Amino acid sequence: MEPVANMKKPEPALQVHGLHAAYRRNKVLEDVTFEAMPGTLTAIVGPNGAGKSTLLKTMLDLHPRLGGEVRFFGTAYRNAKLKVGYVPQRGSVDWDFPTDALDVVLMGLYGRIGWFRRPGRRHREQALEALAKMGMADFAKRQISELSGGQQQRVFLARALVQDADLYLLDEPLAGVDAATERAIMETLKTLRAAGKTVMVVHHDLQTVEDWFDHVLLLNRTVIAHGPTAEVFTPDNLARAYGGWLRRKEPVPR
Amino acid sequence: MIGLSHNALWVLVSMLMLGTAAGLVGCFAYWKRHSLMSDALAHAALPGVVAGYALLGFKSLPVMLLGAAASALVGALAVSWIRSSSRVKEDAAMGIILSVFFGLGIMLLAIVNRLPGGGQSGLDSFIFGQAAAMVRQDMRLMTAAAAIVLLVVLVSFKEWKLHLFDPAFARGLGLSGRLMDAAYLTLLVVVIVIGIQAVGVILMAALLIIPAVSARYWTNAFGTMLALSALFGGGAGVAGAYVSTLESGWPTGPFIVIAAAGIFLVSFLFGLRKGLLLKAMQRREQMRRLRTRAIRSDKLTEGEALP
Repeated sequence: MEPVANMKKPEPALQVHGLHAAYRRNKVLEDVTFEAMPGTLTAIVGPNGAGKSTLLKTMLDLHPRLGGEVRFFGTAYRNAKLKVGYVPQRGSVDWDFPTDALDVVLMGLYGRIGWFRRPGRRHREQALEALAKMGMADFAKRQISELSGGQQQRVFLARALVQDADLYLLDEPLAGVDAATERAIMETLKTLRAAGKTVMVVHHDLQTVEDWFDHVLLLNRTVIAHGPTAEVFTPDNLARAYGGWLRRKEPVPR
Repeated sequence: MIGLSHNALWVLVSMLMLGTAAGLVGCFAYWKRHSLMSDALAHAALPGVVAGYALLGFKSLPVMLLGAAASALVGALAVSWIRSSSRVKEDAAMGIILSVFFGLGIMLLAIVNRLPGGGQSGLDSFIFGQAAAMVRQDMRLMTAAAAIVLLVVLVSFKEWKLHLFDPAFARGLGLSGRLMDAAYLTLLVVVIVIGIQAVGVILMAALLIIPAVSARYWTNAFGTMLALSALFGGGAGVAGAYVSTLESGWPTGPFIVIAAAGIFLVSFLFGLRKGLLLKAMQRREQMRRLRTRAIRSDKLTEGEALP
């Protein structure tokens, strides 16, 4: 697929309007409104407790929504499920579960295989291919509990790749992984963007935002700023998102 | 099986079926971290059994089992209600429900036993289980239940694996978490309800928990774990029931638990994936290698963890 470059304004992949969500008494998201266009790679940045993970979960109906509207490719999530790939935090599953890396990647194909049907050889090959793209071909038959944290994250990425979705939402895929894995993951995400897909990543490391992402969504319960990295990722905006204590952005070591 | 009476044969077949079904559903409960939940549900079934008897005034198995299912479900709802509407954690909520429902059941039992004819009701056998009292109808019931559980596992193996490993991702693919939870709870309650007559409310959970835990020591594949757990459950059921029929009046539950515990002990010590013996041997091998070759010469692959 070629990046959209014609005169007509392309349709946003994701539209969020006036989204509200809460945990018990604490309001976590207030009036969150933004749009994400195809062919963009966006970092969702904000302090702890700003509601970054909750934003993803609420958009995907994994967390109750108090109000607002979310549209994926112009329609509700339940109609667009197969177009949306979600990569949850690595810690959200039990890696002691008895299965191997290839099997986990195959799970990404379950929606396409169809319920109550078994995956075939073709599906297995697709899954192997995705593992190879993440540099994990040699670990296909490895028990998932015996993978390192970075390798587990690569398996999750491979599982998202086989879904062949148009919009990817990733919850801290770079948390606790080494430099090699970070590069492998980000190169993969750039390839997706080049194919015209929309990628949004909850990201914690302010040092690398400018290196990897073309758009930034600054979040602290509500949208502080959203747009191209160069315009949005400014000391002033960061100070507003993180509160007064982060006065100056540290220079990024090259 | 030569020399066994018809009745003894029915009992053994019944326990084989029950153990198989419990072993399969027990794997689901294991990966849902619901081991204690199954214990709470089994205990919560007792008041329903007694109420079912008291309501009719005579012993009718279907009514008593319906009562058991109803009160077990009330117990399950109570646990999730306590957890979601208060600061009480789930394990504490299950502890409360387990003991309160069991206490209520024993209290009702004491009242019913004082009623005329109540002393001969045989309700006491629901506490520790009395497999020897089972008849042909029970065998059919347990075979049907085992067949249903087996069918569900065979047809939707892939769906269960996905749901148990990563429910949030499963929902993203369109596999309803609520539907899977409801199916799981139904299977769990069915197995418990048909099992309490033979194994008893106190020890029923053991037949759900121990086979699954034992199977985990032998395999790294979910399908194999299910198969082994079914095998261990069926084996423990048959062995325990056989011993308990040797002498009239022996309760079945304790013997089944002892048989299951034996399987667990062997798995724990000699299991091929996580057993103690295996771990000791791996450790010795590592130490031997460390002595012969102080420095590792071959390079690690990118991203590979240290062995």
